[in-house]
Amino acid sequence: MLASIFSLNVIQTALELGCIYALVALALFLSYSILNIADLSTDGCFTLGCAVACQVALTGHPFLALVAAMAAGVCSGFVTAFLQTRLGVESIMAGIIVNTGLYTINLAVMGFSSTLSLVKTDTVFSLAKTALAFTGGWYKLMLTAAVIALACVGMVGFLGTRLGLSIRATGDNAAMVRASSINPAFTITVGLCISGALTALSGGLLAQYQKSSDINVGTGMVTIALASLIIGETLVGKRTMVRRVLGVVFGSCLYRFIVAVALRFNVPAAAMKLVSALIVAIAISMPAIQNRLAFEKRKRAAQKKEAV
Amino acid sequence: MEMLELQNLHKTFNPGTVNEKVALNGVSLKMEAGDFATIVGSNGAGKSTLFNAITGGFIADEGSIELGGQDITFAPEFERSRVIGHLFQDPLKGTAPNMTIEENLALAYLRAGTAPHAIFSRISRKDKELFREKLALLDMGLEDRMKQPVGLLSGGQRQALTLLMATLVTPKLLLLDEHTAALDPATAEKVLELTKSIVAEKKITCLMVTHNMHQALELGNRTLMMDAGRIVFDVKGEERRKMTVDDLLEKFRENAGKALDNDRILLSKVEKNN
Repeated sequence: MLASIFSLNVIQTALELGCIYALVALALFLSYSILNIADLSTDGCFTLGCAVACQVALTGHPFLALVAAMAAGVCSGFVTAFLQTRLGVESIMAGIIVNTGLYTINLAVMGFSSTLSLVKTDTVFSLAKTALAFTGGWYKLMLTAAVIALACVGMVGFLGTRLGLSIRATGDNAAMVRASSINPAFTITVGLCISGALTALSGGLLAQYQKSSDINVGTGMVTIALASLIIGETLVGKRTMVRRVLGVVFGSCLYRFIVAVALRFNVPAAAMKLVSALIVAIAISMPAIQNRLAFEKRKRAAQKKEAV
Repeated sequence: MEMLELQNLHKTFNPGTVNEKVALNGVSLKMEAGDFATIVGSNGAGKSTLFNAITGGFIADEGSIELGGQDITFAPEFERSRVIGHLFQDPLKGTAPNMTIEENLALAYLRAGTAPHAIFSRISRKDKELFREKLALLDMGLEDRMKQPVGLLSGGQRQALTLLMATLVTPKLLLLDEHTAALDPATAEKVLELTKSIVAEKKITCLMVTHNMHQALELGNRTLMMDAGRIVFDVKGEERRKMTVDDLLEKFRENAGKALDNDRILLSKVEKNN
């Protein structure tokens, strides 16, 4: 039983999906952890990446499909940022509005059909299978790991530049940013555009990985990405930037592994959203629970002493 | 040469409602380059509002602001902050707590705005040396803690760092809004000494709000008094040198036409007498 849960195949699939979804977690790392903005357009943006990548891949350009998906993500991020920085819409509202609007746009991109299939088309993975034939069955992991490694290096490098520092300061102390001659509207816009690009890239990769796109593929994505992000921050820590970014990838892979194990225990696929909601709730409330336990312990010890 | 010229600034908050508040009621002021003026006035007199009007926290309803010969009346806040330094009473306001001392200074150094500080550049070794050298001047040991997050520093250290950041690239105007009021007496003294030496060395045009009447006469070369959104008294030169704290309080009553309603001003008077 245990052996089948931890079979190589399960681990391999969990790592592949973990690397793909880690891009969304990395996007939320930028918007939620760094910029301190709850960007709820993630679900729609992910589906947008899927839809755009599918349509472009169907024309026979799987790599261009990823670029196009990222460009679409930038547009989505830009609209969200524009709403909150120029039109005074609350950040949460801006995300919800964009998310709602994207549903129609996504349907339109998919030609008003709720699914698209890439079964007969070349994908980056089918190309990688030929190019990376020497790796045997590991070509998918090689490709996804390379993409996420590139994204991580890019993210850490970018956050060390002056623009990156400005974006970090915007989420840390907005008043100080204005006093340092940085335009917070600009830093928020740049941050959300990058975040959108990463989210849509993740969607584009997943579409090619699964050889299909579905109008509901992004539902609950923001929760899943948050779960990965928080698992990573809790287990790997957040002392240095490198650690935080690696934690995001680790969290995403671990989350995929938990899901794989849950599926092995015959948890129905339809229940997975509930499982991810539970994981997020537990992960976020962990510090509060620990504090409460420590307090009760301290109180009991004091009462015991009094009784003696 | 004139550095700052305010003409007839007006600002009313919540106009037409029961909460209507005339915060600035025709403020005009000219400051020569290198002038250091202290501002006193009761709570709600419009001191902080005046600072926010100058830095661009809001746009004044009426009037104009010129800084260094340039009209900045409608310039956005982040553009003005290239040439205006602003310190608040709250020492937590001026720095990003989760970023290191070095990173905070790098952001402040962005105002230098020259090519090596392009947005995709990283903190260079030369920058680090400059930061280390400047931090050493604070004499707080911060030059050996450059990789530590600012959130670990004490209030006084953070305020000293904020002062350094505001003056790292010499601003045309430095606004100090009771920036030592929240610090313990010894630290306040230290930050004040730093302020004096930096402002004097770089010949920065400076406005400083204080509730300490003694400081108001001691520091700088000019004292302004505000009440009900106006500057009601403006003294410098020989007349100022001869002035005592009691004279200043007397002036306040004369100009404002009412007794002082500010405990801190009264307290600072008592402290002085002791």
